[in-house]
Amino acid sequence: MSTTEQPLHGLLTRDPAVVAAGAELFADALRDQAVPVADVEWRPPMDGTGEALATVLADPRLTEANALALERITSAEAELVRVAPASEALGLQRGEFLHSGPPLTWDRASGPMRGALIGAMLFEGLAATEEEAVERLSGPDISLAPCHSRGAVGPMAGVISPSMWVFELRDPVHGTVSHCSLNEGLGKVLRYGAYSEEVITRLGWMRDVLGPVLAEAVERHGPVDIKAYLSQMLQMGDEGHNRNRSATLMFLRDLLPHIVAQVGEGGRNTDDIAEVCRFVGANDHFALNLVMPACKLAMAAAKDIPGSSVVVTMARNGTDFGIQLSGTGDQWFTAPANTPEGLFLGSYGPEDANPDIGDSAITETAGMGGFVMAAAPAIVRLVGGDVDFALTTTRTMYEITLGEHPALQVPILEFRGAPVGIDAVAVARTGVLPQINTGMAGRVAGTGQVGAGLVTPPAEVFVQALRALADRVSATDGRTP
Amino acid sequence: MTDSVEIRRGVYHDSVTLMQVSQRVRTTPGVADALIGMGTELNLGLMRETGFDVPDGAGPNDLVVALRAQDDDALAAGREMLTAVLQELHERSRAGGATTEVAPRTVGSAARRTGAGLALVSTPGQHAVLDALDAVNAGLSVMLFSDNVPVADEIALKDAAAARDVLVMGPDCGTAVVGGAALGFANVVRPGRIGVVAASGTGAQQVMCLLDLAGEGVSHCLGLGGRDLSAEVGGRSARQALRALAADEATEHVVIVSKPAAEEVVADLERLAAELGVPVSWATLGRGLPDLTAAVEQTLAAVGADVPAWPTWPAEGSSGQAPAGASLRGLFCGGTLADEAMVIAEEVLGPVVSNIPLAGSPRVSGSERAQGHAVLDFGDDELTQGRAHPMIDPSLRLERIRTEGADPTCGVLLLDLVLGHGAHPDPAGELADAVRQARATATGQGRDLPVVVTLVGTESDPQGLVSCAEALAAAGASVFTSNAQAVRAALSLLGAAPATTPATERTAR
Repeated sequence: MSTTEQPLHGLLTRDPAVVAAGAELFADALRDQAVPVADVEWRPPMDGTGEALATVLADPRLTEANALALERITSAEAELVRVAPASEALGLQRGEFLHSGPPLTWDRASGPMRGALIGAMLFEGLAATEEEAVERLSGPDISLAPCHSRGAVGPMAGVISPSMWVFELRDPVHGTVSHCSLNEGLGKVLRYGAYSEEVITRLGWMRDVLGPVLAEAVERHGPVDIKAYLSQMLQMGDEGHNRNRSATLMFLRDLLPHIVAQVGEGGRNTDDIAEVCRFVGANDHFALNLVMPACKLAMAAAKDIPGSSVVVTMARNGTDFGIQLSGTGDQWFTAPANTPEGLFLGSYGPEDANPDIGDSAITETAGMGGFVMAAAPAIVRLVGGDVDFALTTTRTMYEITLGEHPALQVPILEFRGAPVGIDAVAVARTGVLPQINTGMAGRVAGTGQVGAGLVTPPAEVFVQALRALADRVSATDGRTP
Repeated sequence: MTDSVEIRRGVYHDSVTLMQVSQRVRTTPGVADALIGMGTELNLGLMRETGFDVPDGAGPNDLVVALRAQDDDALAAGREMLTAVLQELHERSRAGGATTEVAPRTVGSAARRTGAGLALVSTPGQHAVLDALDAVNAGLSVMLFSDNVPVADEIALKDAAAARDVLVMGPDCGTAVVGGAALGFANVVRPGRIGVVAASGTGAQQVMCLLDLAGEGVSHCLGLGGRDLSAEVGGRSARQALRALAADEATEHVVIVSKPAAEEVVADLERLAAELGVPVSWATLGRGLPDLTAAVEQTLAAVGADVPAWPTWPAEGSSGQAPAGASLRGLFCGGTLADEAMVIAEEVLGPVVSNIPLAGSPRVSGSERAQGHAVLDFGDDELTQGRAHPMIDPSLRLERIRTEGADPTCGVLLLDLVLGHGAHPDPAGELADAVRQARATATGQGRDLPVVVTLVGTESDPQGLVSCAEALAAAGASVFTSNAQAVRAALSLLGAAPATTPATERTAR
């Protein structure tokens, strides 16, 4: 054997440095010999994952598959290329609705999801009254599908109906496309389950004025680099899930000339244009609906890599929390959603909160939101906790992610890249669950937002996902000649 | 007596630490028993067997505290002791870093942070393979101390390691020396030209210490795990270790230490060694083969070094009378040393009963009172359930030494003591006390009880060879650095004809 490479990566010639997991005694013995030791803060794996973990960790494809997933996630770009009605952009037919989270039927839908669907029925003219909407929604003519099944995302209830306008984002690197509805603002809004006249009227204005004006502005501007907003907002103290003010204002700044230039064209009067500017600028969350589809593009790039344990989707429908892994295709792994804990608006309290809801956890899936809380310490005034908690949270998320995002940086951690690429193996191995910052919807249909807070996925979804991935590894082994 | 069982959620400590915590809490006056462990099946089972009423609902992430004391006051004192010990641990863990720093939770994470080349995994057996695979996937070689790893997992792990050109030492690997760092239970030996490849832990320690006493040094000692040279595992790690040592400039000669290995694996390794041009000698423990001391002597001859007289220390205050009892009683911490004792003893005494018997000899439980010639391994699984290895927690063996002192059938007490990193910081003091007490008990009954101790260690070990030997000799034990010589000395004390090394087989592996 003649090779210039040292066997075992030079283990016998380099100065020893050791990672120690288990009995502290042995680590101490090494320290006594002045050998550098890194101690692992060891815990048993999540209950019921031991065997699946052993199978997946022994899969020779795992390391390279996950490295490829990380490379794709971090290299994905996101450009806003058009704004159009969902009927056109997504091909949604009359009677078809998209909703957030994993698949759901009307009979299992929570209050806010029902409220949003009722509102969408009224908005589409498919029902004249709430009662009629409920009757038809529980019947056979209405079809419900997850936004994710169409490559789309929607915050909270995430309901998208054919007449609603959507952002269309494109990743020129991987050639994928994603969509997201336009953000309605805060308070009594459809996505939080409100469907009063005020809500339906606003949706009408968004369809007739906001959508077309933004569409024309984007057309005139050309593709808008949304990924650049993500990088910049982290430098401005926002985390992209519950703080989106900076990206909203950057978006308005970029499109403003092209919005204002529409005065007098196509029947747009000054009032319309002024209202569009006011509406976008006054809604701190407007850019959430741009951040989400940008994150969706990053995760879509990592889909369907055989053997990869990367979580490509985390989404909730108000009843169930669901995840998807890169290595297990479109299969959902679901369990009852947890209820967030946090701070409440007005006189609302914990008993008013609905279980976790919305596709907005795509931000955490892509390394934004709760994962970069350290970049947005002011978030703790909205979701609870203290600044140390924000820092600890981000630092902890590195323990369950594959790497760091070169473009998304956390200034307070010396511009360390955001923790990105949730590894289901690491989650099951450590028991550390992804941290999600979220809004809270009222549990009764029609209530709207009641607060904001912190939530984690139910551990069970990772147990299921790991087992399914392990089953696929075993099946692959069986086929290998 | 009053019992208390308490479940504490969200508290975690490793099992060795908790065994030491339990041991300290047991020293509280009035406390009869303390079992403090994570709520694993094993620990809960132990608590129930000991008669504790353990409520349902404790899981492996919960700390379970089971205390038995003579009254409520003693129980409270036990709890206070526990609080103090845990507080000490807590303060130690917070000694470094800011409050928002997060410790690595996986081997992979720690590896990314530090760029270490080696992982030492001693996590509970059923999870250990996960940590080892994590290390291998991160490009680290692994010393896997944990046992109870299924052989299929071992094979998968070693194949994954070979594919990434990293080495898996283990599972159940007790000792290794890599680049001068002593891992696990390991002695401080001088650096030198002899590479050791070991499928046996205490066997390797004996070989390395004898080499050191002969003035020869060790370049590296790469562990394999006890099953590596079986037909099933097929020497997967041994081949990698041999290649690495062959390429290592410091290594001139390799000694392979093992229990009897599969013929085809041995042949395969000899072919590989010839191909690599590295001289290899074997220290294989088994019937009809040279003992470990003889194997070391062969190795010394092969490298042109002198064989010294292996140091011994005579027992002080020995009566010199023939012992009253007729039976050999060997109480060992090192499994390979116990094996070697049985191989040598049975040639003279016939079958020796043991909890790890040689093929064809009777098996007894280590917790039963022995009849006739017996050699027990206190490091065997049966006697380490719920407690640390006897090299760390010697209490069970010390108790047994005292018991044997009162047994009129016990003729000679044969013991081992292994020094080095990882072992008890003052093992000789406690062992000397137990020896003294056992001998005093026997004297009180009008008998003389000779005690023979194999002392495996070097002067550079944290405990120091000579001071340990002197402490034991002062307590009335004859002390040997060669286990084979110690066994033969014990046999001649019993009046049995000592067996000699089968000279005709000296050249055999």
